[in-house]
Amino acid sequence: MPAYPYAEQPFIRPPELDGGRTDAPVAIVGAGPIGLSMAIDLALKGVKTVVLDDNNVVSVGSRAICWAKRTLEIFDRLGVGERMLEKGVTWKVGRNFHGRDEVYSFDLLPEAGHKYPAFINLQQYYVEEYLLERAREFPDLIDVRFLNKVTGHEDGGDGVRLSVETPEGTYTLDARYMLACDGANSPTRTRMGLDFSGQTFEERFLICDIEMKGSPFGDHDTPERWFWFDPPFHPGKSALLHKQPDDIYRIDLQLDAGADPEAEVAPDRVVPRLRAIVGDKPFRIDWLSVYRFRCMMLDRFVHGHVIFVGDSAHVVSPFGARGGNGGIQDVDNLGWKLAAVLKGEAPESLIDSYDEERRHGAEENILNSSRATNFMTPKTPAEALFRAETLRLAHDQPFARELINSGRLSRPCSLAGFPLQTPGGGPVVPGTAMPDAPLGGDWLISLVQGDFTLVGFGNVRLPAVPGIRRIGVDQRGDYPCHGDAEGFALGRYGMGLAYLFRPDGHVAAVFDAPTAAQVGAARDRALGRIPAMQEAV
Amino acid sequence: MGARRLYESGLGGSGDEIYAALLEAHKGLSEAESEALNARLVLLLANRIGNAHEVLELIETARSYTG
Repeated sequence: MPAYPYAEQPFIRPPELDGGRTDAPVAIVGAGPIGLSMAIDLALKGVKTVVLDDNNVVSVGSRAICWAKRTLEIFDRLGVGERMLEKGVTWKVGRNFHGRDEVYSFDLLPEAGHKYPAFINLQQYYVEEYLLERAREFPDLIDVRFLNKVTGHEDGGDGVRLSVETPEGTYTLDARYMLACDGANSPTRTRMGLDFSGQTFEERFLICDIEMKGSPFGDHDTPERWFWFDPPFHPGKSALLHKQPDDIYRIDLQLDAGADPEAEVAPDRVVPRLRAIVGDKPFRIDWLSVYRFRCMMLDRFVHGHVIFVGDSAHVVSPFGARGGNGGIQDVDNLGWKLAAVLKGEAPESLIDSYDEERRHGAEENILNSSRATNFMTPKTPAEALFRAETLRLAHDQPFARELINSGRLSRPCSLAGFPLQTPGGGPVVPGTAMPDAPLGGDWLISLVQGDFTLVGFGNVRLPAVPGIRRIGVDQRGDYPCHGDAEGFALGRYGMGLAYLFRPDGHVAAVFDAPTAAQVGAARDRALGRIPAMQEAV
Repeated sequence: MGARRLYESGLGGSGDEIYAALLEAHKGLSEAESEALNARLVLLLANRIGNAHEVLELIETARSYTG
């Protein structure tokens, strides 16, 4: 019995069953973390959505638990970041063990001056609960429909017609765009017969949540990430330990490639293994699952008016926390672009930049996650040999510690070099996800994200450009200005530079003496208007 | 198959000494121990070179002699 009290969401009879119609331009398939975040992001920009889900409870099992700093910064913009931080378990130190010895540790956020930590652990059911509550704060813009199963769809060229099945009958729903946020086994992807290719790993992993009082982190009472190669309690295999809220611990155990999932979750098999890790402390099993993972992605995330977001577009192994975190970055990238297209502020081709930028992100995540998985599960004698000698050297050779790969944890994806960004330099190059900094009682990420925003750091004048917010840091101007008492902002962004940020907080352009024309051109370029302008000439 | 690069000698006249030291290091080792020693040595040399591009070229060149 899970400790989390699952509340069944009510079925509300959709108006279409009685001849009604919605005028929402966007239909979102799936009310998981991706679908709900997508709906909130679009609602913040005034775009109406209908969210359809075949189920009526939040995530069964804790599933995605590690939420990275960049994700929390995006959740901050969506209005749920602080709540997640408060409930989540903050950690930043990871330790890798080989046998009994610690061979490598890392501190993910060694510097101060950030609103959010490197990582929090928070069960996916809490993330979905908070997102659902937030979505309900937009009753005129977000229509979440539980027990509404999408059974078919047809892209008619200027929009999509969805077929929906409910306990009280079937109906069709028309939308300009359909966002497939329907997860790793996406029915939309299957229905369209799209190739989902990549690598499948043979090893099975047992994932287990236990409820337990008292810390298993040795003398440390601070939650950390512990990873073992060949631990004494699980010879020849790997193990991972994380803390979640409510005194729940996540334990991941590598099993043999041919392991039988049903036999592995039997109590007489599971309990002794857990005992070996946590010792004599009493514990209760909250959730168990055996899984095998894949690293795969679609060739294209945008297919006409059907757009794939999150796991439906790409899946990775869990080591590195790049699944849920990658998906939230998809949302962040697509939300403002889709809203701009629907409002007629950008050409429809702007959506293609989502495909391009986020396929780059997915490729980076798949590369990192495949490398970690290959280190953890050597396939050939040569792979096993290099891993064994790397681990052996790491006991005293500093250089070898860097080669140990138990998951390279999710970092914000850089979009440097992509066409929406105006080429240029500066301590933070165009394409980078904005580094945070404290500004008086507020934070840079909270002040900037959401709209096109021009920020001046130190001695630089900001021109007025219609539709672009202005913020001054350590300067005076006829727009909101903030002090930089501790010097974090100027230290990170440089003195006397102005940055134009996209609504998703990525740097679009850097200037030392911006004119209104230059800033306007950079904004137009970020909205994909430049090719259209060239055509006009 | 990677591209083969041809390297001039960088051994500075110490070739015989280095070659002998390699053989000496493997003396009395089982096949598995020898393989492990070679793997450690490769990791140490790669770190000593420290430049991904150069290491990748060396890997490609070594690999080009296979088969």
